Amino acid sequence: MLLIPCPWCGDRDETEFHYGGQAGVPYPERPAELTDEQWGEYLFVRDNPKGEFAERWSHSAGCRRWFNLVRNTATHEIVR
Amino acid sequence: MRLPEGGRIDRTKPLRFTVDGIEHTGCAGDTLASAMIANGLLTVAPSTYLGRPRGIFAAGVDEPNALVQLDDPMQLATTVELVDGLAATTLRGKGRLTDEPDAARYDKRNAHCDVLVVGGGPAGVAAALAAGRTGARTILADEQRELGGSLLTENRLLDWLADAVEELDALPETRVLTGTTAFGYYDQNFVACASKTRLWHVRAKHVVLATGAHERPLVFVDNDLPGIMLASAVRQYVNRYAALPGENIVVATTNDGAYGTAFDLAGRVSTIVDSRSEPPAELVNRARELGIEVLAGSTVRQALGTQRIGGVRVGDREIACDVLAVSGGWNPAVHLFSQSQGKTRYDERKAAFVPDKSVQAQHIVGAANAVYDLTGCLDEGFSAGIEAAKMTGFDGEKPAAPYTAREVITDPHPVWFVDGPEGRQFVDLQRDVTVADVRRATGAGMRSVEHVKRYTTIGTAHDQGKTSGFAAIGVIAQLLGAESPQGTTTYRPPYTPVSFALLAGRDRGELHDPVRKTPMHDWHVRNGAVFENVGQWKRPWYYPQPGEDMKAAVLRECRAARTDVAVMDASTLGKIDIQGPDAGEFLNRVYTNAFAKLKVGHCRYGLLCKADGMVFDDGVVMRVAEDRFLATTTTGNAAAVLDWFEEWAQTEWPDLEVWFTSVTEQWATIAVVGPQARVVLAIVAPDVDCSQDAFDFMTFKDAFLADGTPARIARVSFSGELAFEINVDGRAGARVWDAVMATGLPTPYGTETMHVLRAEKGYVIVGQDTDGTVTPQDLGMEWIVSPRKDFVGKRSYQRPDATRPDRKQLVGLLPTDPDELLPEGAQLIAPDTPLTPPVPMLGHVTSSYHSAALERTFALALVKGGRQLIGRTVLAPLRDRTIAATITEPIFYDPEGARRDG
Repeated sequence: MLLIPCPWCGDRDETEFHYGGQAGVPYPERPAELTDEQWGEYLFVRDNPKGEFAERWSHSAGCRRWFNLVRNTATHEIVR
Repeated sequence: MRLPEGGRIDRTKPLRFTVDGIEHTGCAGDTLASAMIANGLLTVAPSTYLGRPRGIFAAGVDEPNALVQLDDPMQLATTVELVDGLAATTLRGKGRLTDEPDAARYDKRNAHCDVLVVGGGPAGVAAALAAGRTGARTILADEQRELGGSLLTENRLLDWLADAVEELDALPETRVLTGTTAFGYYDQNFVACASKTRLWHVRAKHVVLATGAHERPLVFVDNDLPGIMLASAVRQYVNRYAALPGENIVVATTNDGAYGTAFDLAGRVSTIVDSRSEPPAELVNRARELGIEVLAGSTVRQALGTQRIGGVRVGDREIACDVLAVSGGWNPAVHLFSQSQGKTRYDERKAAFVPDKSVQAQHIVGAANAVYDLTGCLDEGFSAGIEAAKMTGFDGEKPAAPYTAREVITDPHPVWFVDGPEGRQFVDLQRDVTVADVRRATGAGMRSVEHVKRYTTIGTAHDQGKTSGFAAIGVIAQLLGAESPQGTTTYRPPYTPVSFALLAGRDRGELHDPVRKTPMHDWHVRNGAVFENVGQWKRPWYYPQPGEDMKAAVLRECRAARTDVAVMDASTLGKIDIQGPDAGEFLNRVYTNAFAKLKVGHCRYGLLCKADGMVFDDGVVMRVAEDRFLATTTTGNAAAVLDWFEEWAQTEWPDLEVWFTSVTEQWATIAVVGPQARVVLAIVAPDVDCSQDAFDFMTFKDAFLADGTPARIARVSFSGELAFEINVDGRAGARVWDAVMATGLPTPYGTETMHVLRAEKGYVIVGQDTDGTVTPQDLGMEWIVSPRKDFVGKRSYQRPDATRPDRKQLVGLLPTDPDELLPEGAQLIAPDTPLTPPVPMLGHVTSSYHSAALERTFALALVKGGRQLIGRTVLAPLRDRTIAATITEPIFYDPEGARRDG
């Protein structure tokens, strides 16, 4: 079980958190101007690296705040 | 037999026990296995598949043979502590689960520490002492009843050990958990430990693994006969338990370790068979002094005997014996290390996989690190304890070693297996797998031990390959002509079996999942409600009167709502209080329809979709003030909707000033439904003018009820009838419900009637008529999708997939036979479709009921291109019959909406 550093509450067990997938995939500013491919890319396509991965987490059973962290998907080390 | 003196047993405390119904006597401090050996019982149940005689082989968790049935199935005689009255049955293979519920109370406990030391042998005790003395919060966990590990087997440093145990007990920040097995090592030093009735979740800043090593067997012909035992096990039975398994012992070894067994049993050991051509002179000389013959460069080719070993064949010689103590070398117990993602490498000199690189904050010391001399183990333990404490912010001196003699361990000479009939050379005693089986696997082209394991089942028994795993690796290497073993199988938790009862703890029965009840729950119980579970909520399903079945009760409740007045407890609906100057703008962005301009005091039904455009949730939103809304959600989705709001507000629009609070349980809600609803309201809330002119549909009023209770009354309807929802403080819910019922007018109704009433009107239930692949347009709800403003997911409606003409669309179904009820979930096909698979499906039934108002059955369904098929017939082929139905508009009752005004 991961020990996740919530920026507001400190280190907490993974069971208190909700995973939010890849970080840095903003909702497009003007969706209507995107092609179907671009919109489909936003909806469905995410990176899946072996190694460091910036991802979103929500401290859903705690302060309910969302935050980003970088985790190594091979070792589960939380890098920052 | 029991030796007259020695051992750590208490001869003054005899314990009676039975094995297979025959009574014996052991002593306090015995394991079941040591007591059996003391009573001359070495043979256990025959092997699982071949029925060959088997005996006690090991002295700990690595035991492959001595399975017994107690109250719990499949326990190891070697790890069961003897208690008075113990009744054991030897097991051939599988055990039996008892039918009785487990009455023991299991608990879970979280523990945080600076240093967790796993293993209470010399290295572990040293590490715990060093760390504990610095004041670091230290936990020492060991699977055995008492600390000491190999010291107890070897009868060494017992005075130092006794002092150490006393000191550890006295250290204020140190906790010693004996009888507690660390069985799972997870990310960020989360280690799960199991004692008999307690599951420990330990989170440690630093871990010291001192998990020791497992002795390996030797693979030769008939190496499974009773009387063949691990050398360290023989030594442990004699030294620790004063239990002697035989009088005439031969030792077969590849390394130095087994000499200790021979020396401790001098006088009963005739021969040491050593695979090394030049064993260390010091050991050979010592053996000769003790009258033990050493056969160097030799190995046992075959065990002799039928029911128990009677001798061994070494070269051309036959040597008589009643016990053969074997040592095929040592495997560092890297199970937890590997679980923690640590990497191992094969060490040619030590002929073993040894720890190479840690991934987590940890040390691995002693025999687990392939250090086999006592001085080295103690030194590594003390160093690791101090270093671990320093890394967690403490400081201290490395303790002085109690023992510093220089012990040279000479390299082993591994023997993977000895030539002979391969069908009788056992690799896995529990699974009855032989060298011949491994050869079949390699002959079929397998090279990886992972494949061979799965093909032969080696290492898949209760012992998970503790003795057989490396034996298999060696045999594979030899069969393939490899220079050295090529890798291990993956080590996965649990290290030793853990009972489901322990993992469940108290989370079973009534405590398995929280039960949520509304403030009016007791009234529902008193009035005979049948409940259904909606998420964690208990909701009244229907209220049968004497002699009524469900169908009759629901028809009666429906009739009351359509022709008179009926009430429902709607308190379980999710409620979210939304506040802030940008609350309206926020709702505009997440709901498909507009909310920013909703007037204070008004309500609006809203639909939420995910970014892919699929319906996610729905509910009525009230505007309480310019900067405050109260949104309702479906009962089962309340938490998900709150999370959804938080996600968008925090991650995409942090500039919006808006905040969310769950208030589901702060409110109790009573829906008063039916043409006579105003009569009830006039009594319960006499100050509220609820006439058509004074109280518009989709508005709400804050008012006081007749008894002074403040209430928020909303005119909303999920049935098409005139309806009001009375919302009050949750704590007043039961009282106000009583007041409503005291009018003597309404009929209480449950969720089934609610479902029928809404389906008659074609109102969908998210999660029943939708499944995450349904757009608002599929539901015929284009009217709720704003063409003017943008909202999350709007772009998705232009995707080609969203505009396909053959998307499944919501339609109504009227069975041709008005008494036929279509089963929900039934698949629909076009007429004349052949029923030979694959049968092309048109869609499926999502909701289906008997209707009192229609005096017939009806259904809702999702059908491909359904709106183009209105008026056509579809078939629902069932197991015993086929139901025909006509596709209709998904609205069956009062399509013009005349009834909502009463």
